[in-house]
Amino acid sequence: MASSELQSMYQAVILDHSKEKHGFGLRADDDGSSHQINPTCGDEVTLQVHRGVDGSVASISWEGQGCSISTASASLLSDLVHDLSDDEVEARISAFRELMQSKGAIEGDEDLLGDAVALGGVSRYITRIKCAMLPWVAFEDALRLR
Amino acid sequence: MTIDLNHPTTTATLDEAAVERIRADFPILSRTVNGHPLVYLDSGATSQKPQRVIDVERSYYELNNAAVHRGAHTLAGEATELFEDARSAVARFVGVADDEIVWTSNATEGLNLVAYGMSNASLGRGGAAAERFRLGAGDEIVVTELEHHANLVPWQELAFRTGATLRHIGLDDEGRIRLDQAAEIIGERTRVVAFAHVSNVLGAINPVAELVALAHGVGALVVLDACQSAPHLPLDLAALGVDFAVFSGHKMLAPTGVGVLYGRSELLDALPPFLTGGSMITTVGLTESEFLPAPLRFEAGTQRVSQAIALAAAVDYLGEIGMHRIAGWEAELGHRLYEGLAAIPGVRVLGPAPGLGVERVGLASFVVDGIHSHDVGQFLDDRGIAVRVGHHCAQPVHRRYGVTSTTRASTYLYNTAAEVDAAVAAVADSRGFFGVA
Repeated sequence: MASSELQSMYQAVILDHSKEKHGFGLRADDDGSSHQINPTCGDEVTLQVHRGVDGSVASISWEGQGCSISTASASLLSDLVHDLSDDEVEARISAFRELMQSKGAIEGDEDLLGDAVALGGVSRYITRIKCAMLPWVAFEDALRLR
Repeated sequence: MTIDLNHPTTTATLDEAAVERIRADFPILSRTVNGHPLVYLDSGATSQKPQRVIDVERSYYELNNAAVHRGAHTLAGEATELFEDARSAVARFVGVADDEIVWTSNATEGLNLVAYGMSNASLGRGGAAAERFRLGAGDEIVVTELEHHANLVPWQELAFRTGATLRHIGLDDEGRIRLDQAAEIIGERTRVVAFAHVSNVLGAINPVAELVALAHGVGALVVLDACQSAPHLPLDLAALGVDFAVFSGHKMLAPTGVGVLYGRSELLDALPPFLTGGSMITTVGLTESEFLPAPLRFEAGTQRVSQAIALAAAVDYLGEIGMHRIAGWEAELGHRLYEGLAAIPGVRVLGPAPGLGVERVGLASFVVDGIHSHDVGQFLDDRGIAVRVGHHCAQPVHRRYGVTSTTRASTYLYNTAAEVDAAVAAVADSRGFFGVA
């Protein structure tokens, strides 16, 4: 009933994350946060960065409402961020952005992106790339606002 | 062949055979999308174009292209004549005089033209004749909660610039404009009442006569956003009694880049200009200038000539088919769409339900519980069905009904009952795909 392209965008891991929402729920304190809106649909995400005593990025938390792609993307991102240096974080964001700009040409680096490579199918749909990028843009912004 | 829009001589609606003939006029409708025949249900955003309109625009560039209202050569004369004939065709289409039609780039520019004209009057431009357009502290501008951003943001800005207060008329839980509240809000301080003829989200035809009566009862100007009515309903702006109205060419079979502002003659003649420069002046000195009368006073700079001529071809095409028949067909499609969607478990359609006594046009915005509109739209697109997703440039009305975004299917004269059924079936199937069924 649905095409293989559609099924490749909405993989089971994405639909699962869009419902389970790892990292969902903001905390009282943070070490930088950002609120991002997708003006075309009104979707929004608020993302907090939490740093360890050594200054590393210990974890993120987020809240927001949006489509399954933006929600799953935030959930997958939160799985990916555990005790990373700023350089490691930057490498992951760059790898994800490259994947999103690839128009389906690359698979994505699983070492850097983990299950988030499943979002690679989104890159074939120009109207949906912003949805997948929304939490990552918030993450980048929250890091800058340290 | 021209048809008197108010006295249709043909049958009240189109039928499947007529729609099939109409479809053959639209080249794009024969293409496929994602391996399926295109089902275009996004005409509320922008309509498709018949071959005749495309040909008219091309023909202008192949045969007649020249600067209008300047130059004395043959082509300049032909282009000017085509351009002004186009104005007459559009004026006839909405029941007003030629000099009451101003070309704009789109409806948004038309609304800004009125708002900035009033702003300039408030600064003293236009002299005593422009007195009625002056706003200041204590004056009120009134809109409704269902407005498209184009009929909201320009009034917000006008209020900020002049010190006037912007107020709004709310909606009831069923999606109707609250006339009881309108009667309380529209009062002595009200100077402008601006509202949509048809909501681009709720799909209901709004009570123009009642709102015009309330506004004129206190001497306020009425500005009508006719973007979702001019393409779909017989429209007689003079009979409606509104003071200004705007609509957009691209939503009614014409190209992008051309819109229309209607203003009653005496008002257009008194309103100070918005955009200024060449082509809108009589005498230009080094420190000040005198302006042409309306409508040319509002048409500064090089005009959108090919688009205006193509818009005239579009309204001729619509007129030949008959706006009553088009409206009748779309009401049937709209009813089928509403009933089909409302029957799906977990689907809520916004706007007044059929049977509440409010007429609806052929569009429906809806929410599928547990599935975001982007995901619904993506599932439909996979089957070649084009719908709009998001807030449709109307965030406040979405907020009013507790949602951020909706999926909207909107029909036009070229849509069939089978296409509506395909969209309804796809929405039902999306629930299984996303695991909410």
